[in-house]
Amino acid sequence: MAYAIVAPCTGCWACMPLCPNKAIHPHGKKFTIREPLCTECEGEFDDPQCASICPVEEAIVDETGKPLNPRGSLTGIPADY
Amino acid sequence: MPLCASSDRQRTTQHPCYTPEAREHHARLHLAVAPACNIQCHYCNRKYDCTNESRPGVVSELLTPEQALARVEAVRKRLPNLTVVGIAGPGDALANPERLWTTCRGIRERFADLTLCLSTNGLALPEQVGQIQKLGIHHVTITMNTLDPTVAANIYPWIFWDHRRLKGVEATRILIANQLAGLDALVAAGVLVKVNSVLIPGVNHDHLAELNLEISHRGAFLHNIMPMISDPAHGTYYGLMGYRGPDEAQLQAVRDGCAGEVTQMTHCRQCRADAIGLLDEDQGPTLEREWMHGHGKIISIHPHTMETEATDTLRIAVASQTGSHVDQHFGHARVFTLYDVHDGDVRQVGMVETDRYCHGDDACGDNDSLLERALRALEGCDAVLCERIGFSPWQALETAGIQPVNRYAGIEITLALKQYWATTRQRHPRQKRIRRAV
Ligand code: SF4
Ligand code: SF4
Repeated sequence: MAYAIVAPCTGCWACMPLCPNKAIHPHGKKFTIREPLCTECEGEFDDPQCASICPVEEAIVDETGKPLNPRGSLTGIPADY
Repeated sequence: MPLCASSDRQRTTQHPCYTPEAREHHARLHLAVAPACNIQCHYCNRKYDCTNESRPGVVSELLTPEQALARVEAVRKRLPNLTVVGIAGPGDALANPERLWTTCRGIRERFADLTLCLSTNGLALPEQVGQIQKLGIHHVTITMNTLDPTVAANIYPWIFWDHRRLKGVEATRILIANQLAGLDALVAAGVLVKVNSVLIPGVNHDHLAELNLEISHRGAFLHNIMPMISDPAHGTYYGLMGYRGPDEAQLQAVRDGCAGEVTQMTHCRQCRADAIGLLDEDQGPTLEREWMHGHGKIISIHPHTMETEATDTLRIAVASQTGSHVDQHFGHARVFTLYDVHDGDVRQVGMVETDRYCHGDDACGDNDSLLERALRALEGCDAVLCERIGFSPWQALETAGIQPVNRYAGIEITLALKQYWATTRQRHPRQKRIRRAV
């Protein structure tokens, strides 16, 4: 059970300090989640912290590759734009 | 407002953002140490590092607190009139408390005479006022765009608060309440508070007069109503959805409609979070390149390619602050990067400096001669790509046979050059020109 940070990440640093398990680390100019450390914040917070502050749509995905913040959900810019 | 202690008053009279007269003499440095943000604004695109020239929140290089202190040291050597160090982004200063306070403590310890100032959206302000006071920070800017949560919900799509992402009026009620509580606490602590408001026609133009009165009652020191910067190329919600900034008359009308006793500030240059220098002359990019290349000499990158007889290769100059995107106003550019472009092939061939003979003294630097210098520097170029350009330089360039192009504002340079080559080659299939050495 773990989330992953994928290509759209812009490396804004917002998520890293919030992770209760210190699972998020810089990786080049972007960030990555150390899979074994990520609990999806279960038992710690109602919402996964990284995905709750990440400003970039589709930057964080679940194990099936589904974005936690799909296109259009954060900026309000329609997904087909 | 009670009279400031004399040192505070001196600090303020030397602060170029707070005192118009200070602009010419006192320089400021903005340190980009705060990457994260805790809210989203519809006029900001956090996806891109750098799209928009001189847009607040836009910055090319993130500094660690240690790097930031080294930068202060280096800039002070170059600009002895440096009086103000500000932290304004590229995210929200207070959303990065560790980086922020480490930097501020370092500056306080090593450069006690410098004035420190901060900018914030206000969300985290109430919990941080103690620190602000403790570090002797006398100037804080809060960006407030409306007092009405419903209006605010059209400006801020979400906030991150108490471990959750909140949207709609649930979010904006908290944001506005914190902005006001923060303002009160700062005023009570004797901090001078500037309120920045972004005028967004069709969204908050009818709400700024009310805001102006409210912040006046609460003791804000300055109110700075700024025109929104919006362009589809920047990829912001407002840019893409067709919202546009106000024209001069609209801006003036809103400013005139504000009746509160707070002083309005009209000399703001909307500087970037990593701006350096006097307000009118952002020296950031210049100094940046000097650090890269040493001693202010701009070096040609591939001298052997400077002299070529072109077939249908275009030589294009690009005005860029960041070096990665077309993001500089023509008139602000002191350095142009030259590229030779042929089909998909883009090659950086050198750089030219336009004020190579200017040492900033009174003997040089009127606008005409600067323009002339730019024209000389760009001689032999087919086009110049910039973010924006004034009317008379546009004409002068065209007359000199150099095509000014501003339609790639905010676009990544290589992409812009390829697109420009593709669209113009059809019109001018063969360009023959002897290149001169740079
Ligand atoms: S979901 Fe929670 S535990 Fe996993 S990386 Fe994100 S913040 Fe850390
Ligand atoms: S918050 Fe999102 S964009 Fe920012 S570093 Fe984390 S994953 Fe990347």
